[in-house]
Amino acid sequence: MSLIKNHIIGLVNAGKREDGRGYLEYRKPIKIEYGISAKSAEGSARVCIGDTEVIAGIKMEIGTPYPDTPDQGSLQANVELLPLSSPEFESGPPSIESIELSRSVVDRGIRESRAVDLKKLCIKEGEKSWIILIDVYSVNDNGNLSDAIGLVALAALKDAKFPKYDKKTDKIDFKEHTEQVKLKKIPIPITVFKIGSKYLIDPTINEEKASDSRLMITTTEDGEICAMQKGGNSQLSVEDVEKMVEIAIEKGKELRKLL
Amino acid sequence: MGILAKERDIVVPGEILATGMDFLPAGGAYRDKEDIIASQVGMIQIDNRLVRVVPLSGRYASKRGDTIIGKVTDITFSGWIIDIGCAKDAMLGLKDATSEFIERGADLTQYFNIGDIIVAKIFNVTRVKSADLTTKGPGLMKLTRGRLIDIQSTKVPRVIGKQGSMIMMIKDMTNTRITVGQNGKVHILAQDPEMELIAVEVIKMIEANAHKHGLTEIVKKFLDDKLKGKNISIDKTKAIVLEKKPILKNGEENV
Repeated sequence: MSLIKNHIIGLVNAGKREDGRGYLEYRKPIKIEYGISAKSAEGSARVCIGDTEVIAGIKMEIGTPYPDTPDQGSLQANVELLPLSSPEFESGPPSIESIELSRSVVDRGIRESRAVDLKKLCIKEGEKSWIILIDVYSVNDNGNLSDAIGLVALAALKDAKFPKYDKKTDKIDFKEHTEQVKLKKIPIPITVFKIGSKYLIDPTINEEKASDSRLMITTTEDGEICAMQKGGNSQLSVEDVEKMVEIAIEKGKELRKLL
Repeated sequence: MGILAKERDIVVPGEILATGMDFLPAGGAYRDKEDIIASQVGMIQIDNRLVRVVPLSGRYASKRGDTIIGKVTDITFSGWIIDIGCAKDAMLGLKDATSEFIERGADLTQYFNIGDIIVAKIFNVTRVKSADLTTKGPGLMKLTRGRLIDIQSTKVPRVIGKQGSMIMMIKDMTNTRITVGQNGKVHILAQDPEMELIAVEVIKMIEANAHKHGLTEIVKKFLDDKLKGKNISIDKTKAIVLEKKPILKNGEENV
């Protein structure tokens, strides 16, 4: 076992963390900035948790609805882990990590919670509907990218406005915006890490590497669980999951206030 | 004639620092006819006749005689490849790693394995700037416990202080054992996690304030403030002893 991993586990067992925080304490302050790319995106945001920094942009276009849901628009998410943000990220096709993040954190969290009413995105049934594209980029990875990415995607969505659409000419004017995209719920993803027998949140990069397993839980304000994603090599018992869900609901409330 | 820049000025490459033969260029500066010109961004230091530009940031460049902390990244037939945070990876040869006899075809992981962190000394820098290391010597060993942090290698002299005054003060006041690698890796071994955190904070503070005058006083005050509220009695009898042990075989922990 490596020196750093050993040390982190030793610290956690002694009731401490690398930077002196409590187990269930976020790095402070969590910074959320809206409209960082107001000229080119319909909605945009930047989130910093400690040294971890991510940005997101929302683009909207008009397309044909899927045949099985002719009365609904659609939502697509893509997470790009830029090589500049960590020595471990490579350029090229999306890695397993980036697919996991885009699928579980953004796509599943936001879609399955039904935060955006997809029926309202429909313009003409079976023919035309809005497509919302969420693009998230990592700027710096110092641990806990998943929570930051979940938060930034929501912040960008909250900032997003529909561009002006002319039905007669079938053209979108991206310079003018009409109404805000409405969020019915705010699904906050919280990743709980397990090191030894302890649960902790918002790990640094070293803590992330030393963890045995992690569970990302997305909850809405009424305590509804809308997405879960397990990672890491060791198994979780039922009690583990129960405790982690409790933590996620509790911490979700805290983060929801920041948005 | 004379010196054109002031001590502790920030200069850019191409800036003329001094004219005339009364001065000599040291690191980060060169002579062009009469002039001494900066070759990198940094702060000027004038030491009698020597004019030197100390870089404010940048990668570590290996130098003979430096003690460094590195990570084993690969094992070859003739030794270990060590990542020391330099542009070129360093090499630790079999005969420089241990004084004991290593048989042909022996399993080298019993000495150093991939991922191990070691304290080593650079005894040679080759013409292509790759460093040759040795782990034979006092204080040179494999690290098995403690905290490892990164700082800018250019700030290492300030962390150590004049004749080690700064690092001695931190060690004494926090009762920790600290090894500073010239490549900007710092190893901290503490009895008490709280003291370790303070030591980390102090070192980060020195890194951030490295350009300031009277740093020792600032650090002393910082440490006093930090330690005041803690009320931790430093038990000198339980001082950490970490004498060099022979490298153990067969995966035994060198604790």
